[in-house]
Amino acid sequence: MSDLDALENQSIYILREAYSRLKPIAMLWSLGKDSNVMLWLARKAFLGHVPFPLVHVDTGKKFPEMYEFRDRYSKTWNLNLIVRDCPPVEEIDPSLPPAARSAARKTIGLKNVLEEFKFKGIIAGIRRDEQATRAKERVFSPRAESGAWNFRDQPPEFWDHFKSDLPEGAHMRIHPLLSWTELDIWRYIAREQIPIVDLYYSRNGKRYRSLGDSDITFPIESDAASISEIILELSHTRTSERAGRAMDHEREDAFERLRAQGYM
Amino acid sequence: MDGTIHALQPAEDAGAAALAERFPFAIVGHVDHGKSSLIGRLLHDTNSLPEGKFAELKAASDKRGGQFEWSFLLDALQAERDQGITIDTTQIFFQTAKRRYVIIDAPGHKEFLKNAISGVAQAQAAILVIDAAEGVREQTRRHALILQLLGLRQIAVAVNKVDLIDFDQARFDAIAREITDYLRQLNLKPSTIVPVSARLGDNIAAPSEKMPWYQGSTVLQALDSFQSAPVATDQPLRLPVQDVFKFDERRLVVGRIESGSLRVGDRLEFAPSFKQARVASIEAWNAPTPLTAGAGQSVAITLDDELFIERGHVAVHSDRRPILGHRASLRIFWLDAQPLKVGQRLKLKVATSRYPVEVERISAVIDVEKLQPTEASEIGRNAIAEITVRSRALMALDLAADMQRTGRGVLLREGDIVGGALVLSAEASDVDKRLLGPDHLVTREAREAVNGHRGVVLWLTGLSGSGKSTLAMGLERLLFQRGRQAFVLDGDLLRQGVTSDLGFSPKDRAENIRRSAEVAKLLADAGQVVIVSLISPYAEDRDRARKIVGERFHEIYVKADLATCESRDPKGLYKAARSGAIKNFTGIDAPYEAPETPELVIDTTAQPMERSLSALVAYVEPAIALQAVKDAWAI
Repeated sequence: MSDLDALENQSIYILREAYSRLKPIAMLWSLGKDSNVMLWLARKAFLGHVPFPLVHVDTGKKFPEMYEFRDRYSKTWNLNLIVRDCPPVEEIDPSLPPAARSAARKTIGLKNVLEEFKFKGIIAGIRRDEQATRAKERVFSPRAESGAWNFRDQPPEFWDHFKSDLPEGAHMRIHPLLSWTELDIWRYIAREQIPIVDLYYSRNGKRYRSLGDSDITFPIESDAASISEIILELSHTRTSERAGRAMDHEREDAFERLRAQGYM
Repeated sequence: MDGTIHALQPAEDAGAAALAERFPFAIVGHVDHGKSSLIGRLLHDTNSLPEGKFAELKAASDKRGGQFEWSFLLDALQAERDQGITIDTTQIFFQTAKRRYVIIDAPGHKEFLKNAISGVAQAQAAILVIDAAEGVREQTRRHALILQLLGLRQIAVAVNKVDLIDFDQARFDAIAREITDYLRQLNLKPSTIVPVSARLGDNIAAPSEKMPWYQGSTVLQALDSFQSAPVATDQPLRLPVQDVFKFDERRLVVGRIESGSLRVGDRLEFAPSFKQARVASIEAWNAPTPLTAGAGQSVAITLDDELFIERGHVAVHSDRRPILGHRASLRIFWLDAQPLKVGQRLKLKVATSRYPVEVERISAVIDVEKLQPTEASEIGRNAIAEITVRSRALMALDLAADMQRTGRGVLLREGDIVGGALVLSAEASDVDKRLLGPDHLVTREAREAVNGHRGVVLWLTGLSGSGKSTLAMGLERLLFQRGRQAFVLDGDLLRQGVTSDLGFSPKDRAENIRRSAEVAKLLADAGQVVIVSLISPYAEDRDRARKIVGERFHEIYVKADLATCESRDPKGLYKAARSGAIKNFTGIDAPYEAPETPELVIDTTAQPMERSLSALVAYVEPAIALQAVKDAWAI
């Protein structure tokens, strides 16, 4: 079994565990490469079906290409899509640095979705190699009613036994891509020919390596215009994937604070 | 700051082949022995740090006014940096010319053992770090023991901070001997023991020149020599059912093959039932439909026959079945703050099956220092112990020694994972296949196996006021608290319903006893420990009751002389009988024929009721025990 096969089988196992244990459940679809891989894996796990809704918590500030992608594939793939707007930035904790404050809109937007639909499980496409606080995550990560992540006291998780019982009002974040790396994602996209937003490919010497809101996400210098060129580029890079995501870099602990409050 | 540790060393050949293998390994050891520093140094020396990372961390530590610490690299969470210890497990990726590595950094602090286990369980090998100046410490031993419990067999030891012992060979050798001895008792053998200085970079990526006496491998060489775990396709098939989907009119049984393999056409049995069906197809989406599938694969299969299958069933080949039974002995590590005690109920979760179990016995708690079993009445947090559990449901179990993935599981309490368990042995129950089919009755034996005790009739006879009812109620409560199925059939209550048409003539008394005995027998058949509390004065009637119930009948004579009973007179009946208000009252104007050969006599005349009750319990427990349990206690 190749390493990609092993990752795929593990993610399918996690998705089926989540669907079996937590109802109602939904998957976050941010339209980036990771969530598209995750959606692809769901279709593998459920034999072409996606037996739960996809949630797009819309900041209203995504790139036009991302909205086009969303509208096209939600139809093509017959998805049960839930789109909800985020509250305006004025309603967000003003003590956060500007970009983090902007990103925190998504946290509140998600909280509103949880209240509206009473989801017990939210499947999110975060990876351990993205960011150091995400490296500490569990595959099944319980959240308090407030959405807060208690990273000081996480449940034990081993031998693929996941905590799945929750108190009333709490929900579970499920992370089927936790063990994947950025390179794995691209190699899998290449192998499976998964459609992605073309902002990832180089145009005029620049490309996006990670996609967020258009005002706080910046492209990197790159000539990689195809998946194989991206794979080659990543095999040699020593800068981090989220270098172009402003909210990660404003203050030493800004991202950790975002996550503790319920950010993805 | 950029907290990302995204380390990718430019490989000689960045093609897919060089990237294909990923190898997760853990770094474990006592707190402050330098695990995080070792990782920092590994990344630095393999040129794996992201651009500017070193300078950034240096600036961060300067800002705090402290010496540069490699561990800052990992302890990226604010809380950890302030507290100075790694709270949770973390993962870092890096690459050598041979393969990609995932480093799992486990916290060494005892409080965070659950996190250490959560990390280490994902590893295929481990490096055990020991401080050269401090030597082998408690957490060094505990972590080694955890490695063994988690089934890790590939271990290298790094004796760190050798600069603090002046690169002295004799002191290194002493530590190497001590850890080798300890590991040998766990049947573990380190592949190598490397003297290193993580701070100075000795023997991490490059051989050190300061220790000419050491000719062995560096840490990096030790890593590259670890082997990837072989896939268990040659073992018996175990496909624990995760779910049953009904999509497009197809009924799909889904799960991950934990060991062995299956092919289309195979006859599968769904343990612990004996239901069988053939694999009609192995389904796939956006991929060719396979004819076979093996260990590690998450599959969806259809069957040729619609069986009742649910999550928790395990698909097996019937010639290589797991052990089907109600009792198992487990080696456990306990992670909960609330200690585990005998009699407590938990769930044992193995793959996707959850079995309700009761702790029958704590055989031993393992002393981590000496690795000796010691007696204990409870199991505290972070302790390792051996226990016997009994399940009310039939369990399908493998032994950890034979089948790593299905021979282990977790213990759940109110939905939380509170421990890990390895199955050391399991007792096969004498299961009658037929009773698991839909057309057959559940037999008495099957009920008894589930209850863990026999259904019996304890016939308490004696004068009014001898203490029958008090004893019966006391026994019922005690047995109930111990998880037994127990029920009192009280004479007064029977006379309010089942025998309300009867009086107290000898003939009516006989009929009263007959009906009571029939009811008691039915309840005993249903698995109950039936405690009958009836004066039942005539030997002939009691003998008939014994005939009705059969060999499960226990005559218990609750003895007290008439004067004592009359002085107790709890219901004022003796007074009424003496005054002539009641006729045919046993002991006054009707005879009581004391049993000649009862199974048990309890004389309540002089002794306190509590002592009578303990005498009764001492008799009852062995009387209701299943044969298997009797054997177990005899050993």
